[in-house]
Amino acid sequence: MAEKVGVYVCHCGSNIAGKVDVEDVAKWAGENVKDVAVSRDYKFMCSSLGQKLVEDDIKEHGLTRVVVAACSPHLHEKTFRRACSNAGLNPYLMEMTNIREHCSWVHKDRAAATEKARALVSASIERVKFQEPLEPMFVDVNRATLVIGGGIAGLQATLELADAGYPVYLVERQPSIGGHMAQFDKTFPTLDCSACILTPKMSEVGQHENVTLLTYAELEEVSGSVGSFKVKIRQKARHVVFDDCTGCGICVEKCPRKVLDTEFEAGMGNRKAIYMPFPQAVPRVPVIDTESCIWFERQKCRACEKLCPTNAIDFDQQDELIDIEVGNIIMATGWEPFDTRKIPQYGYGRLANVYTSLEFERLCNAAGPTNGKIVLRDGKTEPKSVAIVHCVGSRDERHNPYCSGVCCMAALKLGHLVVEKTDAEVYSFYIDMRTNQKNYEEFYQRLLGEGMRFVRGKVAEVTDAARKPSEQGKLIVQCEDTLVGRQQRYPVDMVILMGAIEPQRDAREMGLKCGISCSMDGWYTERHPKLDPVATMTDGIFVAGTCQGPKDIPASVAQGAAAAARVSGMITKGKVMIEPIVAKIDEEGCSGCRICNNMCPYNAIEYDAEAQVSRVITALCKGCGTCVSACPAGVISGAHFSDRQIFAQIQGALWDAWQPQDAASQDAETVPVSAP
Amino acid sequence: MSEQKFEPKIVGFLCNWCSYRAADLAGSARIQHAPNVRIIRVMCSGRVDPSFVLKALAMGADGVMIAGCHPGECHYLEQNYKAMRRFGMLQHTLRGLGVEEKRVQLVWASAAEGQRLAEAIDQLVADVRELGPLHWAGNWEENGERLQALEDIVHEHQEAMEVTA
Amino acid sequence: MSEAAATKGKLAIYWAASCGGCEISLLGIDTKILDVAEAFDVVFCPCIADGKVRDVEKMQDGEIDVCLFNGGIRTSEQEYMARLMRKKSKVLIAFGSCASEGCIPGLGNLHNRETIFEDSYQETASTDNPQRVRPQSVTEVDEGKLHLPVFYDTLKTLDQTVPVDYYLPGCPPESPRIWEAIEAIVAGKLPPPGAVIGEHTTVCDTCPRTRDEKKIKAFKRTWEVLPDEETCLLEQGLVCCGPATRAGCGALCPAVNSPCIGCYGPNQGVEDYGARLMSALASVIDSEDPEEIDQIIEQGIPDPVGTFYRFSLAASHLRRSKREVAAGNGPSAAAADVR
Repeated sequence: MAEKVGVYVCHCGSNIAGKVDVEDVAKWAGENVKDVAVSRDYKFMCSSLGQKLVEDDIKEHGLTRVVVAACSPHLHEKTFRRACSNAGLNPYLMEMTNIREHCSWVHKDRAAATEKARALVSASIERVKFQEPLEPMFVDVNRATLVIGGGIAGLQATLELADAGYPVYLVERQPSIGGHMAQFDKTFPTLDCSACILTPKMSEVGQHENVTLLTYAELEEVSGSVGSFKVKIRQKARHVVFDDCTGCGICVEKCPRKVLDTEFEAGMGNRKAIYMPFPQAVPRVPVIDTESCIWFERQKCRACEKLCPTNAIDFDQQDELIDIEVGNIIMATGWEPFDTRKIPQYGYGRLANVYTSLEFERLCNAAGPTNGKIVLRDGKTEPKSVAIVHCVGSRDERHNPYCSGVCCMAALKLGHLVVEKTDAEVYSFYIDMRTNQKNYEEFYQRLLGEGMRFVRGKVAEVTDAARKPSEQGKLIVQCEDTLVGRQQRYPVDMVILMGAIEPQRDAREMGLKCGISCSMDGWYTERHPKLDPVATMTDGIFVAGTCQGPKDIPASVAQGAAAAARVSGMITKGKVMIEPIVAKIDEEGCSGCRICNNMCPYNAIEYDAEAQVSRVITALCKGCGTCVSACPAGVISGAHFSDRQIFAQIQGALWDAWQPQDAASQDAETVPVSAP
Repeated sequence: MSEQKFEPKIVGFLCNWCSYRAADLAGSARIQHAPNVRIIRVMCSGRVDPSFVLKALAMGADGVMIAGCHPGECHYLEQNYKAMRRFGMLQHTLRGLGVEEKRVQLVWASAAEGQRLAEAIDQLVADVRELGPLHWAGNWEENGERLQALEDIVHEHQEAMEVTA
Repeated sequence: MSEAAATKGKLAIYWAASCGGCEISLLGIDTKILDVAEAFDVVFCPCIADGKVRDVEKMQDGEIDVCLFNGGIRTSEQEYMARLMRKKSKVLIAFGSCASEGCIPGLGNLHNRETIFEDSYQETASTDNPQRVRPQSVTEVDEGKLHLPVFYDTLKTLDQTVPVDYYLPGCPPESPRIWEAIEAIVAGKLPPPGAVIGEHTTVCDTCPRTRDEKKIKAFKRTWEVLPDEETCLLEQGLVCCGPATRAGCGALCPAVNSPCIGCYGPNQGVEDYGARLMSALASVIDSEDPEEIDQIIEQGIPDPVGTFYRFSLAASHLRRSKREVAAGNGPSAAAADVR
């Protein structure tokens, strides 16, 4: 029986109608395309009235298929599927045609856009006729959640969920949670002590009954899908037995090996071979850095072992793989600083008194290597002048085109700290001053009042080559002051480089493990940049904090909480719908050639050696369709993207192209065959 | 009509996660590009079967675009590598059939690369425009001799049958 | 006898562009041919018995019960005969690979009439043709015009010429399969019209070799390896078409250590045999480097069309190679735009 197709062409106000003759497209489809029973255009199809139009027609005209030509299916597919459902039509018998993003918004010529819209609508009509009713599948949501990354975003997400009563696994690769925020001295614009506001959250997480804290651990492998992920965590060997350690710190105190701390102290201070990153570390269980430990180097020492009151040291401890099962995963893997050595003309690593912002944070910090005294590398001289250089490695085509977002405010904060703690003159070299959050502009005004000097320009060079006596022994910052329109040289004692915020070096690799992708810059891609900045394209995986893009502490906290809220919602609901777009193997037809067996990265295809056929494990299938097109026998079918559907769509898309007509039909009447 | 400008008809197979969204992004950012590509959404470039491309060419397309996530960034982890291999195999065969390589192009565009996708579309359309129409079914046409010959057979046989045995 | 004759069906067997192997295979059903003779009167079969086209022309439409038509359509005469047999037959069966999918004669679609004639009537070593004589379809003589069939540029399958009811695959169809089909016809147990009378799975199903997951670093040609007799030939790098080819032969070639070349055509429901094979083989190439992939493909498969479309080029989506005249031939682009 022929299908009855309803076609609905949306004006989207003037968004579509401005460039596509929607009335014409609807009229054309109604008059010229086979099996179209109803064809209409409407101002806003997504409005409740538009939806009602579809619902009423389904009931009244007995439509068996629906085509909605409007915006991207990524926006409104759900809307119109629901409308079909409401009217008793299986939602998978609806097809959306994208004539806005893919047509009216990107073409200037009205005739050409209308022609393309016709072709796209024609393709959808031909396709929809072959679509099949599908039943969505539901799976139970495991109540546990995995949070990856123990920075402020991850901590917030963890606490929100744990406080709501749900179990959380928090995995952090460093020996302690806290992230970058633990390294900062103060936070802008309030000048709260960073540690003072962070550490309560850290200890809360450390003691929370619903939180399983796995520090010094890394994500190894993720399998499964939303609702029931199976995750392997590598617990790196601490060489300290976690449960036996009391955190007394005697081992750290007695360890004879001192090494430069390039992690927490950003190279500004030292730590021991057995260490806790910082005094407030959570958990208070040290780790042995096997790279620098004397025992691991030349089998001598074991001082820590001898002195540990609880015999918690274990030199033979091995990495351990921990298997956990969770329903959702929140990625909060954070950022790392731009390597300022990549811009050699700024002199970092060559000129002693050029600092990175992170180094300077440690310098300012009362718990840092100088107890908070701002001094030059010689450890005693207080600078008389300090230059802060913005946009180092950001807003720079050679490195990162994006704006790191937080550096302007951080620079103002650092400037304030210099002004507060020293008598130094402070210069800020900026391209544009970006202070666009609550109370940020006020902070800028405050610094203007405090006498910080602002030079609008991109620094060309930092050098110690003096040209005149007043520059002797100084660092000279060469910069065009674009407000004055002149090249200037600023002799200073200290230069702070506001390095860009960059994605973690292994962000892409981590993303792949979870099945989420990165932008070209390396930030995790959110599901929708405006309307869904917390979810990702992979159901059950959420992002929070700077791993999704540069952001400051309040924004990281908000996103951490938002991700937790999304997860919470899913747990409360208890079940999650999975698209029934999966592959299926016709076992009768399968010859067991095993071509498809290594097509699936999710191991959803198993081979039954007994029956000599391959099978798709539906629960593991994510519906990419790669096995479908690999099958040499053509016996794997892909629901909702079958060969027939796509062939029909191709044919429909080319309705106006020069298509073949076979002699079998063409000449049947024109060429006679002799009659007796 | 023949002096009318040739407007290539091109079918594009875009993956749901990267390139289709890149096209969406090109839309929201109003990045103008040639209107010649008719987009068909597939879940993954790994779903694009060589037969889709062949079908499109046979059905009158002057060119075909296959677009997916960048290698190493597939939403389905590694399926676009399969697309890459199949594309190589298909091109190898198409060369044997005399189809110009530039008519069928494989493009990588992430969801963030609306600009890149728009440029790739413009490039493909320009390439195909330069190659001219494909009109594949025209390859199957026999010339006027065929119909004449068929009619001749009919006439000859009718004449022959009029002769009594 | 006369009573039996009344209930006997009428069978026709016709031979167009093909080698005649299908007829040999038909005779391969051995003494069962007597059963065929019992069930049918063979009313027309120029290959084995004298018969006149005019006798067929004189028949009522649909008078023949079953016509086994083998061979593709290469000339005007063959096209005429296809139309005639269609008209006179209740059931028209594309018998064998040539009629179904063009088969080896279909590989001529990589060329056209001119280049084929050039080869056949000029370039072959044994040809001496200084006047460049070519077959002419019309020759004027005193008594009038003499006609030879027009040789087409493109070989067409039977169903690209006339509607076909059933297909019997194979080059040639294996005798037991032919007998099974005949039994089905006699018993009236035919599948729905348009179907291929054959298996719904592929050669691997009947191949006794052990199979594992496939990862191919290099495709090899038969003379390059002495294959192991136990394991899947494809896993040994040989381009075995078995996974894509309809079962029915009993895996004759792999059984003698030779890869399947695909003579039984595509599996049920497959539109383009070569695409299936291309896709499957490419999928299991063990490389992620585009240059290496190209190298594996180009070195291992020097003749892709001949490999993937050895039997099915004429029935593939594209049917033939590109002719330079294509764009200028046939209906103009403008006409298409109007449509």
